[in-house]
Amino acid sequence: MAGDTQTVSGYIVHHLTNLTYGKLPAGYHRHDGSTVGEGGAWVMAHGGDEAAAMGFTAIHVDSMIWSIGLGIFFCWFFRRMAKKASADTPSGALNAVEMIVGFVDNTVRDSFHGRNPLVAPLALTVFVWVFLMNLMDLIPVDLIPHTLALLGVEYQKIVPSTDPNITMGMAVGVFILMLYYSITVKGFGFVKELTLNPFNHPVFIPVNLFMEVVGLLAKPFSLGLRLFGNMYAGEMIFILIAALFSAGIAWLVPAGLMQVGWAIFHILIITLQAFIFMVLTIVYLSMAHEDH
Amino acid sequence: MNINLTLIGQMLAFVAFVVFCMKYVWPPILAAMQEREQKIAEGLAAAEQAEQDLELAKEKAVERLKEAKEEASSIVDAANKRANQIVEEAKDTARLEAERVKAAAQAEIEQEANRAREQLRSQVAVLSVAGAEKILGASIDQQAHADLVDKLAAEL
Repeated sequence: MAGDTQTVSGYIVHHLTNLTYGKLPAGYHRHDGSTVGEGGAWVMAHGGDEAAAMGFTAIHVDSMIWSIGLGIFFCWFFRRMAKKASADTPSGALNAVEMIVGFVDNTVRDSFHGRNPLVAPLALTVFVWVFLMNLMDLIPVDLIPHTLALLGVEYQKIVPSTDPNITMGMAVGVFILMLYYSITVKGFGFVKELTLNPFNHPVFIPVNLFMEVVGLLAKPFSLGLRLFGNMYAGEMIFILIAALFSAGIAWLVPAGLMQVGWAIFHILIITLQAFIFMVLTIVYLSMAHEDH
Repeated sequence: MNINLTLIGQMLAFVAFVVFCMKYVWPPILAAMQEREQKIAEGLAAAEQAEQDLELAKEKAVERLKEAKEEASSIVDAANKRANQIVEEAKDTARLEAERVKAAAQAEIEQEANRAREQLRSQVAVLSVAGAEKILGASIDQQAHADLVDKLAAEL
């Protein structure tokens, strides 16, 4: 991070690199000149190249910590409110929590017509959790990474939803639920839906299957990548504006104004993306429950 | 931008949080909200009911008041009538009593008068005999002339 030799692109790349812990393959030449021995080695990656070399056997420590931390915060906070909740007059934070719960409940009632006690809590979790993860985007880009860098942590990406692993992880989770309910609710009807739709004739089964499977697979990808794309782009713009500060003292005020402006606009985006993720989750699950 | 184990980690965390939310967060909050909703609905219904009851009670009170007034006036009328009756009765009784007393007094007066007359009559006999004795010079035998004297007295 620090140092005179730092370039703008270096600054940006640094900000977009996760703190990765993973297994380097045997024979890999590390950045300090050493070579990984037989059987590989579990280490913290130094830079994007090493992280890429780790392949699938790696974990983004920062994404996981922030994501799980925010999830735990959500559970703790909502659990505390759930304990306080009673039929008496609500007060303080309980009002806000009840507003969110009522909002999610209404949305689920509007879009989901089956009977499934999982959908509403799932929607609430998705909404609040994604919102909290997105909210990290509003923390000044250098504040936490730079502080942690001073403490010796090389990389830090504090917005978990700018990590495709996180968004796709949730999307795949939703996708598995979709498949599960499609099969348990529709049974053989699910196979029929895949093979005899839209052309209801045995001859067209391969065509139908291809189209329907593509359509089915597109759902989790669109769900996960939409959130990722929006948040990544938003984060990128924050970083670019932050990089403007290095362009000289004259940029201080315009860049500051841009930062504030984008942050205000981003409040809308993070809420909207959390809402879209929740609504699509409900709609996909609703489709999985509806027999044609 | 690598897809790696983080994906699996996030899926597991996702499942854990959703399960926690489904077990410990969603049901109590929603139950409390629904309970409150019901309470408010009941309260509003009760308020409406109370308003209706109040209206009804007012009407009833007015009716009662009217009834009570009527009853009171009828009682007063009856009492007045009764009082008049009592007065009339008392007057009658008093008149009768007065007549009775008057009759008794008259009878007594008559009796007294008769007695006085009898007494006078007997006295007259004695006095006339005494007068005659005086006149005739004590020669009259009282016993012998008793019949004569009595006859005289009876003529008085």
